[in-house]
Amino acid sequence: MILILAITIGCLFAGGFYLILRRSLVKLILGLILLSHGVNLLIFTMGDGVRRGAPPIVDKNGVAPINVADPVVQALILTAIVISFGLTAFILTLAYRANQVTGSDDLDSMQGEG
Amino acid sequence: MVNHLFLPLVVPLISAALSVMLGRWRLLTRTLTLGASLFNLGYSGWLLWLVSSAGRQVTQASAWAAPFGIALVADLLGAVMLFLAALLMFCTIIYSLLSMEPEYEQFFYYPLLLLLLLGVSGAFLTGDLFNLYVWFEVLLMSSFGLVTIGGSRAQLTGGLKYVALNLIGSTMFLIGSGLIYGLAGTLNMAHIGERLITQSEPGLTTVIATLFLFAFGSKAALAPLFFWLPESYHTPPPAVSAIFSALMTKVGVYALYRVFGTVLPGELVRLAPLILVLGGTTMVLGVFGALNQTEIRRVLSFTIISEIGFVAMGLGFASAAGLAAGLLFTAHMMIVKTALFFLAGAAEQVCGTGDMRRMGGLARREPALATLWFLAMIALAGIPPMSGFFGKLALLQAGVSQGHYLISGWAVLVSLFIFLAILKIWHEVFWKKPVEDLSQRPRLAPALLIPGALLVILSLVIGIGAGPVAELSTQAGTQILDLPGYIEATCGPAGCDAVTLRSH
Repeated sequence: MILILAITIGCLFAGGFYLILRRSLVKLILGLILLSHGVNLLIFTMGDGVRRGAPPIVDKNGVAPINVADPVVQALILTAIVISFGLTAFILTLAYRANQVTGSDDLDSMQGEG
Repeated sequence: MVNHLFLPLVVPLISAALSVMLGRWRLLTRTLTLGASLFNLGYSGWLLWLVSSAGRQVTQASAWAAPFGIALVADLLGAVMLFLAALLMFCTIIYSLLSMEPEYEQFFYYPLLLLLLLGVSGAFLTGDLFNLYVWFEVLLMSSFGLVTIGGSRAQLTGGLKYVALNLIGSTMFLIGSGLIYGLAGTLNMAHIGERLITQSEPGLTTVIATLFLFAFGSKAALAPLFFWLPESYHTPPPAVSAIFSALMTKVGVYALYRVFGTVLPGELVRLAPLILVLGGTTMVLGVFGALNQTEIRRVLSFTIISEIGFVAMGLGFASAAGLAAGLLFTAHMMIVKTALFFLAGAAEQVCGTGDMRRMGGLARREPALATLWFLAMIALAGIPPMSGFFGKLALLQAGVSQGHYLISGWAVLVSLFIFLAILKIWHEVFWKKPVEDLSQRPRLAPALLIPGALLVILSLVIGIGAGPVAELSTQAGTQILDLPGYIEATCGPAGCDAVTLRSH
């Protein structure tokens, strides 16, 4: 399972960075989205207990429960998803406005002056 | 225990929410904003006094003991930065009240400023790595709003690059936090430090540290990750440029000092040569960029980058003296850069343009502005009696005493070029004969110079009273590297692993 996840994360990162390096603004944003998905999966794999053996939770008597997943990574991913959702919405709006003003989707033609 | 460390977060947050709701009553919004920033200024001044006399202050969120809940930890580094942020925000709000076009207020200008203050204060106070990420996003979100406020063409295109590069930096930070959770099983900074002192996988820790260097380096505008800064800093109104130059890169600097100094000191020693090389490169690229610009605020933006190189050099010395000198220099640079941006905004208002080729003659026309600029300029160049001299002196002393002769000499050389770049503004804007007829333009309102004058005087005071300030920064530098003390303050004398959940 961890191998499949590792390969998936690798593909998401590779695809994300490839798209970020393109000149088109829309592809840049898609690349950022792929990258954020890759990070979320990466955090997910960090909670599998492979390294520590058990999630960092205990019951009232201080005993670690069995067959429980790590809730911390789920909380982290939930936070990260919400944040990246908001930022994606913002950058899409910004890109739309920039496209309206400059009439271009090419980052190189969007020089600051003018 | 009183949870007073939440106050500098709660007050700006509530005031921002209220001023969004009360946006129609402008006077009320302005009073609220000014009041909230004044509160933060007073509070953080008191906190700085408390921390310097009574040691670190800690607040546990919802009374969950530290590694389980999120702790807010104020040590000298955090308290100094918190104080400077509140001070500069206060000055910026006064400057905005005097200079901002009223139409920006309907785009929630003042609430955005307060949210920026909230994010910055949270970042300076938190003792939890993931929480630091969240505060970064809070301050980035409001900075995105501020950098594109008004929506001109240059702002939109510059803002896009700013947003995109900052998102990539944040992603790297998130990757590093995820990996460090996998490695240490905790996100509390004291706890991470405690667990990673004795570690089984030093290679993986170095990978994570490098990711953090990338993430915070891109926020701090360290070479080669500074390209978002000169694209976006000069486009918004001058007040926004000023507060950005005061706070945005400094949060990155703070995170570098906190994570490498306190949490991962072993990695600081390992990565120090890389940090020194990056710092040296940043210095020279920033100053050559500055020499090449013709727009006044663009020159200033590039000199920020150059000075970030100096701050990184302080970190790269990997010693208490280096960190103390870096902190002293950061404080000086926040104050002086903000003052310079205020004054540049005033000069642009007189000339109606920020293009230095079309400016000129301000020394005769606006002697008060020219005097203040001159003082801020020699502070930036590092000439006594202004604050810049002692910041640079401390950095060079730390470098030479540790045998880093090459980078110290390099820094002296770069300082000369910084002086040259800033002298170019002096010559073009103030000494040159006016290019365009300025007699028809309205006179500068003297009140607009007050925030800049305040900061210039503060720089002078730091320069004259350098003894106590240097003592405070030395104390702070020692405290940054004192991981056992940080752990004890956050989790108690037995360390974070010994803390157990109490049943309520």
